[in-house]
Amino acid sequence: MNRCLLCENGTEVDSWRAFFGAKAPPLCEVCTASFNRLSGPCCHVCSRSLEEDGECTDCQSWRKSIFHSNVSLFHYNEAMQDVIAQFKYRGDYVLASIFAEKIRTEAKKAACDLICPVPLAPSRLAERRFNQSEALIVCAGLTAAPLLGRHESEKQSKKSRAERMNAVQTFYPTGEATGKSVLVIDDIYTTGATMRLVADALADAGAASVKSITIARSGS
Amino acid sequence: MKNILFFTGRELTVEEMQEPIPDLHHFAVQPGVSDEPKCQRCGNETNFSSHPCARCGKECLYCRNCIKMGKISSCTTLYRWTGPEPDVPKAAGILHWSGTLSPGQKTASDNVLQAIQQQKEHTVWAVAGAGKTEVLFAGIATALSEGRRVCIAAPRSDVVRELAPRLQNVFPNTPPAALYGGSPDRHTYSPLVISTTHQLFRYTAAFDVMIVDEVDAFPYTFDHSLQYAVQKARKTESALIYLTATPEPSWREDIQSGKRDATLIPARYHRQPLPVPSMKWCGNWKKSIVPPAVLEWVKTKEKALLFYPHIETMEKALATLKAIDSRIESVHAADPLRKEKVAAMRRGEVPVLLTTTILERGVTFPGVDVAVVGAEDRVFTESALVQIAGRAGRSADCPTGEILFFHYGKTTAMVQSIEQINEMNKLGRQKGLLDT
Ligand SMILES: [Zn+2]
Ligand SMILES: [Zn+2]
Ligand SMILES: [Zn+2]
Ligand SMILES: [Zn+2]
Repeated sequence: MNRCLLCENGTEVDSWRAFFGAKAPPLCEVCTASFNRLSGPCCHVCSRSLEEDGECTDCQSWRKSIFHSNVSLFHYNEAMQDVIAQFKYRGDYVLASIFAEKIRTEAKKAACDLICPVPLAPSRLAERRFNQSEALIVCAGLTAAPLLGRHESEKQSKKSRAERMNAVQTFYPTGEATGKSVLVIDDIYTTGATMRLVADALADAGAASVKSITIARSGS
Repeated sequence: MKNILFFTGRELTVEEMQEPIPDLHHFAVQPGVSDEPKCQRCGNETNFSSHPCARCGKECLYCRNCIKMGKISSCTTLYRWTGPEPDVPKAAGILHWSGTLSPGQKTASDNVLQAIQQQKEHTVWAVAGAGKTEVLFAGIATALSEGRRVCIAAPRSDVVRELAPRLQNVFPNTPPAALYGGSPDRHTYSPLVISTTHQLFRYTAAFDVMIVDEVDAFPYTFDHSLQYAVQKARKTESALIYLTATPEPSWREDIQSGKRDATLIPARYHRQPLPVPSMKWCGNWKKSIVPPAVLEWVKTKEKALLFYPHIETMEKALATLKAIDSRIESVHAADPLRKEKVAAMRRGEVPVLLTTTILERGVTFPGVDVAVVGAEDRVFTESALVQIAGRAGRSADCPTGEILFFHYGKTTAMVQSIEQINEMNKLGRQKGLLDT
């Protein structure tokens, strides 16, 4: 029997569907239901939930950038926090497959020329053993184009919101993307500061525009 | 020196080692995942995943079974301390306890002591309320005085937290290290360790005496990885003591046929018989949720536990019962207010507490009555029902209590649980362990 990746429940598909090639889903119904899809009116730049569709004040105040827009899949609720923590910090790589199908769908919609992971600094990469952003791309069956590198720096999550909004550039271009549209895939979108720094570095690599897909939209 | 004590008996990853790391010559090393593959920390042989690894540059296997304790990959090295063991002070085993053992406890205590001295295996089968912890005191005292290291493995962290202060009181010279996820004692050394199974995974050939408490209560009943943890954490030459109130059928057979060395304590410490459950048909409770018979029962109760097989039915029942008395509450395993509600029940502020099987063992409310709704559900196994019945009549002041199985069709489990309780009372009388 196929087991849910997060609990002990089985995830068998009806046998007639299996006959037609349906694969067992990675999660059981209970765990699937614990996640909350982002829906309803939102900021068309950053996916933040709004009273009505439009552009949120944060996005209006950002300086000019080749960053176009972010699409987030889920709310960053407790269940999502647990899954991302187990995936990213505990290093449970296989959990990337939970999001594979949805990422593939959104990536197709974004229709960009290249897909670039958010790089980790070398010491962080050695500590974690894999790059979560690259894992999400690879598990979705997409090809990662490593266009960027990252210098060593302090831990992003330890900084305050204000510090993160004015974060210093640690990304640098390592590849060539002249005139290309680039899609960046990552786990969480919070203030958008990281994504804009990534976009700046991609602009240095010659990119024309940058979109992003993130698993969860945190912050209010 | 403090550092060396910490390493004694442990097998750890670099990430788990505390600075400063002592001389590496004193460590034996092995890869975290063997070629078979098998996780060398938890014994898992089936639940792996893999990814291209930035550390070793290969497609690297990792164990998903124990990943919550920190990742073990193919490229992880496990370090085991092989330096000299610390001396246990002579006074370590001085027992500060003036209580007396019941005759049933005395027999068990003697047999446990003997098994510990002879480094053998022994099972204590003691009914709920028999006083099984006291049965261990003499054996632990002897082991500690002889400089041996003792571990009590318990199924859940709340059991560890409950046992630790009791042992601290009777062995004041040897404060036990209580180990569970996030416990403050995680990094301390003691010759007396009380640990959840998970924390046991971090030990190798550490203990001369291994005691497994509530062996039947472990998830999936003494599953493969727990057996692995117990065997890995004990020394080759060591004693192994099992405690249980409701051994599963295969264990009972082995005990009865003499294959498994065991002592049975069929009677409670207070010398009163175990209250015997009765059965009452209540119709299709899944439809009515709170059948009329259950409603009547609840109305007459001042202090009662009402078991439901599932959270969903229990929450529906709560809505109905709150209309009768708003003080009625419910708890389940993941309930964030679980501790608070149990405490309120203890203080007598909750007349009826609805619960899933999480309160089937461990918890004691003096003078409580117990009912099970849907006793025929498969979550209510024979041993679960015996444990549930074991909540009633625990205290010497209120040795009686009502136990009622509301059902929509009798099951073998129900009938056999009642037989088991009757059998215990019969044995208790035969052995002269009961006053009535
Ligand atoms: Zn699940
Ligand atoms: Zn926005
Ligand atoms: Zn493992
Ligand atoms: Zn590796």
